[in-house]
Amino acid sequence: MQTGLEEQLGLYQKRIPIFTRSVKGRFRRFKTTVLVLAYAIYFLLPWLPWSRLDAPSQAVLFDLPGRRFLIFGLTVYPQDVVWLALLLFIAAILLFFVTGLVGRAFCGYFCFQTLWTDFFIWIEHKIQGERPARVRLYRQPWNREKLLKVGGTHALWVLASFWTGMTFVAYYAYAPQLVLDFFTGQAAAAAYITVSILTISTYAAAGLMREQICTYVCPYGRFQSVMYEPETLAVHYDARRGEGAHGRATVRAGRGIVVERRRAESAEPVAVDRRQANLSAGERALAERHEKGLGDCVDCGLCVQVCPTGIDIRDGLQYKCISCGLCIDACNTIMDSFGFPRGLIRYDSEQNLAAPEPTAPRVEWKRLKTIGYGAALILMSAYLAYSIGTRGSYDRAVNQIRQPLYVVLSNGDIRNRYQVRITNKAAQDQTYEISASGIPAGALDLGNFREITIKPGHSGLVQVSVRLAPELAEHTHHFELLITPKGKPGEARSETVRFDSPKEAHD
Amino acid sequence: MSEQKLQSQTVQTTGHAWDGDLQEYNNPLPVWWVYTFYVTVVFALVYWTIYPSWPFGKGWIGGLSNITYVNSDGETKTHSWNTRALLLEDMNRAAIAQKPYFDKVAAMSYAQVAKDPDMNGFILSAGKALFSDNCAPCHQAGGQGVVGFFPNLTDDDWLYGGSFDKIHETITGGRHGYMPTFSEVLSPEQIDQLANYVASLSGIGHDATKAAAGNVLFHSETAACYYCHGADAKGRKEIGSANLTDNIWLWANVPAASSAEGKVAAIRSVIASGLNKGVMPAWAGRLSPEQIKVLTVYVHELGGGQ
Repeated sequence: MQTGLEEQLGLYQKRIPIFTRSVKGRFRRFKTTVLVLAYAIYFLLPWLPWSRLDAPSQAVLFDLPGRRFLIFGLTVYPQDVVWLALLLFIAAILLFFVTGLVGRAFCGYFCFQTLWTDFFIWIEHKIQGERPARVRLYRQPWNREKLLKVGGTHALWVLASFWTGMTFVAYYAYAPQLVLDFFTGQAAAAAYITVSILTISTYAAAGLMREQICTYVCPYGRFQSVMYEPETLAVHYDARRGEGAHGRATVRAGRGIVVERRRAESAEPVAVDRRQANLSAGERALAERHEKGLGDCVDCGLCVQVCPTGIDIRDGLQYKCISCGLCIDACNTIMDSFGFPRGLIRYDSEQNLAAPEPTAPRVEWKRLKTIGYGAALILMSAYLAYSIGTRGSYDRAVNQIRQPLYVVLSNGDIRNRYQVRITNKAAQDQTYEISASGIPAGALDLGNFREITIKPGHSGLVQVSVRLAPELAEHTHHFELLITPKGKPGEARSETVRFDSPKEAHD
Repeated sequence: MSEQKLQSQTVQTTGHAWDGDLQEYNNPLPVWWVYTFYVTVVFALVYWTIYPSWPFGKGWIGGLSNITYVNSDGETKTHSWNTRALLLEDMNRAAIAQKPYFDKVAAMSYAQVAKDPDMNGFILSAGKALFSDNCAPCHQAGGQGVVGFFPNLTDDDWLYGGSFDKIHETITGGRHGYMPTFSEVLSPEQIDQLANYVASLSGIGHDATKAAAGNVLFHSETAACYYCHGADAKGRKEIGSANLTDNIWLWANVPAASSAEGKVAAIRSVIASGLNKGVMPAWAGRLSPEQIKVLTVYVHELGGGQ
């Protein structure tokens, strides 16, 4: 008989439903703040007006048909794709930097999967009640109450998902008009398709799949693990303190300890004066436990109940942990109610936990990697800010015509030709003049176009040819082509361009 | 015994048994996989009727989806869906989008087209496409030609004239360059003298004595070079004869030769063997008048025109 066959698990594992208990504390407050801020920005931004002369008055509008992004006072054209690339680089480096310092902070507090799941759980909690009520509801057979509550939850989820998709689409068209068109059946097919896809995916990801997205789908969670170092702060359970010599043990009533189990279960934070009073009682109780070789963990299981990914942090650092800090809040609440010191579960580094004399956990940034990422972050952000701050009102590209590189004319002169493309990024028509320096006057031939007028957002092409006598051509390798917007000499920009001649080509 | 117990708990069997106790395990596919498979079957059936499934027949065999487009003559055409019809639709859409520009070009004079910045952009892109499709095989992608075969269109020398009208005439009617084979009427010495004379006209290193003799020969009735190339050797645009006094070489590959002797030898071989390969086909009938007009302006722009 083949060994191990009995234990084989199916490749497809059924999801074990998770009913998270709500909790109060520092991390919960932080998460809520981030959620409210992020939602306020995401859902309200498309509705923010912004007066513009030549475009819809919407503060942030990604105008795809017009080939431009309107972001407050900034108009971004496809030529500025470098900014997007830089932004993505900065985002990536920021992720590396933060993860090296404080672990998966992105996953726990900022990731939209976490935010939307959090919001959906909040809806679930409001309709179906606290964890025990939800578990009861889950187990009971289908009846009117269950149908109403579960149906209502899902209906609200779908509504939230729909508005999430609608808001996304509102960034790509003038929002008030789009919403009107959408509900009167006149919006573009792309709008309906996008909203449907986002509604379905949001509902599925935040309502149904939740932690499975983080565990099975998301690559970021996995590759962030490799950025952890021994000094990295992460949510840890202090096993040495929690387990003691003989492991954790529940607190039983009537053993000289003020048991406030009921109070703990309600997960209300303990008032400061009460906490002080508890501490002395707690100290005695702890001494008693330590005598028996018991750890500080009272095995209440609250840290497991509040976990949105359904893990037990006491099993150690694990890949499913999104580092949201809710178990810290839960544990601190319990520790307070028993009068035990806080921080049995806390942000700490592996190095510090393993040290014979652990110190207070602190952010260790003095590492080559962290400093390197930090420097890269500052440099790139500074460059992006500089690049956006000093952007011109037009774009120019000078391309030498390479077929042929040079032409020998009938009198022996050498001619090079160039194609100058100017893109007007200003809001009104603009005329541009082209001139050259570093070559004799008269060598530059602009053909029929001494100047070119370009509409806003459009490009114009000018053929430029430069003709030099053979002796001069031999010594000319580069010259400057100057583009001047008419009436704005301050915005003149020069481009260094190559000049090729037969002599040079043979060298 | 415990093994058997475990087995019955965790592993399904098909219920078959051989030799008393030999059982067959049943490991069914995951439910989601099976349903996905059914969905693909349904999808295939729907796809089969919408898109062509067999290369014959009409209706659901040929595919229910159609492609309808308007061609440049304004006729509406409908085909059942296939990639060829898709290409036709694309090409006709592009042609219709370009039509206003071509119409505008047809209505304007050359001088107007050349001075209009909007048209200039159109000529540069549409002209480049037309040039690449029709002219580039000989004149090369940039119009630089090939010495010894095809004229360079980017320089300032125009065998038949570089005005809009002359370029138009060249494209419409084609050209045929011809030069007799002089080895049949002249001795090798005479050809050498002529070659040295032609080299001297462009300031290439040469034998002065031979060049002087060549000068006489050039203007004599024996060789009668002046007949086509003109007494000043500057060529005649009416017949497309080359200007021998400039630095531009079409037939004799002078630029490639590094020594003076080599350059003279290149000229000598052209005089000796003559030419009967300067043939450019006529494009009237192959290209529409608007296309020829766009190409004319494009080619004029390449070398600066005249």
